[in-house]
Amino acid sequence: MHKTDFARIGWISGGVIVWLIVYHFLQPVADWFVDSLLRMTPGARLAEAVRFFVFEYPKVMMLLLLIIFFVGIIRTFFTPERTRKALEGRRTFTGNIMASLLGVVTPFCSCSAIPLFLGFVESGVPLGVTFSFLIASPMINEVAIILLYGLFGWETVFIYISTGLVIAMLAGAVIGWLKLEKWVEPWVFDIHPEQQEEEKTLGITLALRMQAGWDAVKEIIGKVWIYVALGIAVGAGAHGYVPQGFMISLMGSSAWYSVPLSVLIGIPLYSNAAGIVPIVSVLIEKGASLGTSLAFMMSVIALSLPEMIILRKVLRLPLIFTFIGVVGTGIMIVGYLFNWIF
Amino acid sequence: MMDIKILGTGCPKCKALEKLTREVVAKASIEATISKVENVIDIMRYNVMMTPALVVNEKVLMKGRIPSADELQRLLTNIA
Repeated sequence: MHKTDFARIGWISGGVIVWLIVYHFLQPVADWFVDSLLRMTPGARLAEAVRFFVFEYPKVMMLLLLIIFFVGIIRTFFTPERTRKALEGRRTFTGNIMASLLGVVTPFCSCSAIPLFLGFVESGVPLGVTFSFLIASPMINEVAIILLYGLFGWETVFIYISTGLVIAMLAGAVIGWLKLEKWVEPWVFDIHPEQQEEEKTLGITLALRMQAGWDAVKEIIGKVWIYVALGIAVGAGAHGYVPQGFMISLMGSSAWYSVPLSVLIGIPLYSNAAGIVPIVSVLIEKGASLGTSLAFMMSVIALSLPEMIILRKVLRLPLIFTFIGVVGTGIMIVGYLFNWIF
Repeated sequence: MMDIKILGTGCPKCKALEKLTREVVAKASIEATISKVENVIDIMRYNVMMTPALVVNEKVLMKGRIPSADELQRLLTNIA
């Protein structure tokens, strides 16, 4: 290890310690802000709504900053090329499991969905395995994980990650088992990429990895800060004003139609996790059941209309509908399962 | 004469890379033609799975990220 690398690790550790101290004092500072500075009456609706926002927003942004930085560093170890190599020619269920797990850590944005899909399919990654990757990658998203942790705690994060992985594995396996290659646009199999030299990722230094982490922070926070603010503001508003139990008839566990309805509503909604999780937290607080809310959130994140439109370039409609149907069914099973357990 | 191609289907990042490349080329007064490849089939010929990508004289130099202006200038002047 290079000498300056020790200095860099020192800086990171120092940063984490400062972060922990600030994070620890967020609640007292938020209380001080609401009670002493604004002189609001504790317990009043407006005071509690303001307190919710003043505490939750910085908390979530700090969690985002920390996690995205480290996820950004971890992702420099996983390139799409390496992932593809690991998945080539894997036909059995192992391929679906690996693809789902790699989908979580491989960097991927929806505008790269097509090149990634083509790159995988052409080099011999089976269709079902490719789909496991394409489902897991947006579904298990670091922003959603942080928000769920911040608003619900780690148990919910665990449920979310494990059920998300299971859906990605099984949906991919079903798509593979149905042998739907005939619904992939035929030209897809006719491209034969020239063999380019392998990029030398071995020479990547710690400085570059940290740069990548920092770039990820700037990019993601630059994109989501406003949605997080809006989501938490809506949450804060509902927090003080919508009566407890308001959502029971619509999204409570006794309404059998609530799960499929939430999945259907979730598909056309904006695909950003940042705005939806705070709203989901309020739905639950106001009486919506966990399974229904989880199904709604997964549908918003994993089944996005813009991505379907992009994928239409390479996939025929029956395959896209199968994809929506299989993933949607998986999400509904998760919804019913959790309504039944809790 | 350097032949620079920016591969990208039209996402914001791809446009950003094109703009940056034009700026750096002008600033460092490199003699180059800059073109954009937007067709997915053509992009796949370069075996690129993450856009945007930077191709110089038919070699993929960078993919999936936007370099800083300094890094890009160093890369290009090294080739020129």
